[in-house]
Amino acid sequence: MEPIMPYLRAFLVGGLICVVAQLLLDGTRINPAHVMVTFVCLGAVISALGLYQPLIDFGGAGATVPLTGFGHALLQGINKDVMEFGPVGLLTGGLRATSLGITVAIVSGVLVAMFFNPKGN
Amino acid sequence: MDAGSKERQLTKRIGRQTLLFRRRPVVVSTATAVGPEETKGPLAADFDVTHHSNLFGQKSWEHAETFMLRESAKLAISKVGLSPDQIDLMLAGDLLNQIIASSFAARDLYIPFIGLYGACSTMAEGLALGAVFVDGGYADRVVAAVSSHYDSAERQYRYPTEFGAQRVPTAQRTVTGAGAALLAGSGEGPVITHATIGRVVDMGIKDANAMGTAMAPAAAHTILQHFTDTGLRPDHYDLVATGDLASVGHGIASELLREGGLDLGTRYTDCGMLIYDLNQQRVSSGGSGCGCSAVVFCGHFMRRMLQGELRRVLLVSTGALLSPTTTQQGDTIPCIAHAVAVEMPPPSGQPGGEG
Repeated sequence: MEPIMPYLRAFLVGGLICVVAQLLLDGTRINPAHVMVTFVCLGAVISALGLYQPLIDFGGAGATVPLTGFGHALLQGINKDVMEFGPVGLLTGGLRATSLGITVAIVSGVLVAMFFNPKGN
Repeated sequence: MDAGSKERQLTKRIGRQTLLFRRRPVVVSTATAVGPEETKGPLAADFDVTHHSNLFGQKSWEHAETFMLRESAKLAISKVGLSPDQIDLMLAGDLLNQIIASSFAARDLYIPFIGLYGACSTMAEGLALGAVFVDGGYADRVVAAVSSHYDSAERQYRYPTEFGAQRVPTAQRTVTGAGAALLAGSGEGPVITHATIGRVVDMGIKDANAMGTAMAPAAAHTILQHFTDTGLRPDHYDLVATGDLASVGHGIASELLREGGLDLGTRYTDCGMLIYDLNQQRVSSGGSGCGCSAVVFCGHFMRRMLQGELRRVLLVSTGALLSPTTTQQGDTIPCIAHAVAVEMPPPSGQPGGEG
């Protein structure tokens, strides 16, 4: 039982975050872009309150993969750089901490666009 | 000018918004091209050109839309043994920025061209203007064509389909299709008797996912005005069909018509509800787009008129005159509807109806 527990916890946390997004899409007039921005900001706020790290400790990738995890990483990166380099860290920390995710997104976008065409639906 | 000819001139226009075509321009031929989703619907057998892919073998959605429009126009012309150089005028429109599907199709056809934009009302707009040109003697053969394409419309108005954004239940599916009608001063086929030019109506709807709701008041206004101007009875037409209100908008328009004192009952239908099987296909509340009323009229209604199942049809194409910019800036959606009355004359030699 033990080896599958991390997956179940990730599914639970990630799933619940996605349920909130789905409720926002279905119950309000906001569009997907609004949800994305809201979630990044929400993640940063929760992170600032010190509540996001416990969520990651419990849910692992279920908490880091959704966009709220991106907001958390931005804020923690800024925090780290400010500690290390002073106020300039406000401007450098966010991108430094999230550079892996951003670069993977850009590179995979380019690769997919090079080899595949959209088929529509 | 004697009193008689003056009288005739005056009565080309009746009531506030309706045109009366005394020469009765003939719809001598129509043709349609549709995408794969439309061929899964109940009207599949009524369409001419189709393809297994939304790309139609082209390299982009926009090229595919241009291809459909050009092929449907060419086919409508060739069905009656004519070639594009024998056509006096092409009137065409679509939903893309700068109506490029129409202009690019016209580039290849060498027919004098006027581009139209009436959003999804463009089929009725084109038929009405074509009838004006023919009735007025400024053209003897006019081709009116429109197109829309699901993927090119999503890319422009909402999200690129490859982005995978979820669609809401009130949303409609833009019809991938093009329809073309060839109008002539004489010939065999249904004739255009009237056109009612719509007014822009804006009831303050802002939700770009509720087009049917936004357009229903414009449709109801034009239909009521048509019956007021012409004095015709509700049972004059076998079918009154709005363009793309879909199931949500159809219900609202029915109610508005009843409030206006016009009960059309089951004679009132909507092209957006006819083109798809709303229970089987994942199309939310129905079809939309210029191509919706175009392929339903040029394919389905024309076939039924020619086979004698329908004698008189009032096509009321409905358009939402918004742009992605106005939606983003939070503006309301101005809407319009134009009505065109089409009638199948009795076989020659038999006495005509009240006409």
